[in-house]
Amino acid sequence: MNPVVEKVAEWREQDRQAALATVVKVERSGPLGPGTSMAVSEDGQVVGSVSGGCVEPAVFEEAMGTIETGEPKLLTYGISDDEAFGVGLTCGGIIHIFVEKVDW
Amino acid sequence: MVMGELLARWRAALREQSPVAVATVVEGPQGVVGGKVLVTPEEHVGTLDNRDLDKAVVETARGLLEGGRTETVHFGPRGQRRMEDVAVFIQSFAPPPRMYVFGAIDFASAVARTGKFMGYRVTVCDARPVFATRERFPTADEVVVAWPDEFLKTAEVDRRSVICVLTHDPKFDVPVLKEALKTEAGYIGAMGSRRTHDDRTARLREEGVTEEELSRVASPIGLDIGARTPEETAIAIAAEVIALRTGHSGGRLADRSGPIHAPEAGVREGA
Repeated sequence: MNPVVEKVAEWREQDRQAALATVVKVERSGPLGPGTSMAVSEDGQVVGSVSGGCVEPAVFEEAMGTIETGEPKLLTYGISDDEAFGVGLTCGGIIHIFVEKVDW
Repeated sequence: MVMGELLARWRAALREQSPVAVATVVEGPQGVVGGKVLVTPEEHVGTLDNRDLDKAVVETARGLLEGGRTETVHFGPRGQRRMEDVAVFIQSFAPPPRMYVFGAIDFASAVARTGKFMGYRVTVCDARPVFATRERFPTADEVVVAWPDEFLKTAEVDRRSVICVLTHDPKFDVPVLKEALKTEAGYIGAMGSRRTHDDRTARLREEGVTEEELSRVASPIGLDIGARTPEETAIAIAAEVIALRTGHSGGRLADRSGPIHAPEAGVREGA
């Protein structure tokens, strides 16, 4: 059993759209390893996480966008004091997260 | 159909705890990104719209799945190795690693619970039917009445397996440890006082166990955190299991500098 896959399958059975966000790469220090995932339903429900809570709000917004457009995205989040990133990780790591609409 | 075949198969494999890998194109030419294939040891579901790329990805995924590894692998547009055009994230969901606990004492109950907590499939084994009961080990996946060494001969053990010998009775300990050393178990620990440890070590040497083999046995078992109760001891053992797997020393983070997590923790065991 995997709570994220279970929940996504349940949403799809109820004909609700969903997006899946998966950590695909972690550089330097990161809280959760590759494969950690979070999913979002079209009505704004969330299951799972992709960091220690630092980037989830941003990933949520991206996931909602992907549900609408269907366009997958590879996101990168880094150190939070770097102005180049709107949100980031306080731990000093960089994580790469792939966001995709569940159409498979 | 609302739920796609790939998602249905993915959920089913995770529920059955059968090995499955999911490969997703995360970088590459437009149209290819987002492509997904589900791979089991026998078959695959989905396509990346290129037969050669499919073949390369499925083969690679099976290799990673065998070791329970999760990685990003790069290919050329038609599945060529040594090219970088297409990045495929391949996530393995291997069945949970196994923990074998020998000696159905109170410590075993606590160790079985922490084992479950960490995601292990836990088996408790003892030769004495009075102790090896379901009631005493409600959280264990399996409670077996058998001679530990006899049981271990037939048990499934791989590099992710944990073997905890808690009987601290040489009659059981020595044969089961000898059997454990024949496996590729990632962790072998044996409980006992310093005295029990010295006695057991001497007996193992007499039985022909080499120094190199002896160095594989965590004995006395557990990290030195001053644990007293079965629960505390179980935590000391669990911490040692993790530290040996990751190659960390087990000291206090406050006492050292440097990153907390190993860079690029490549493996995550899901399911």
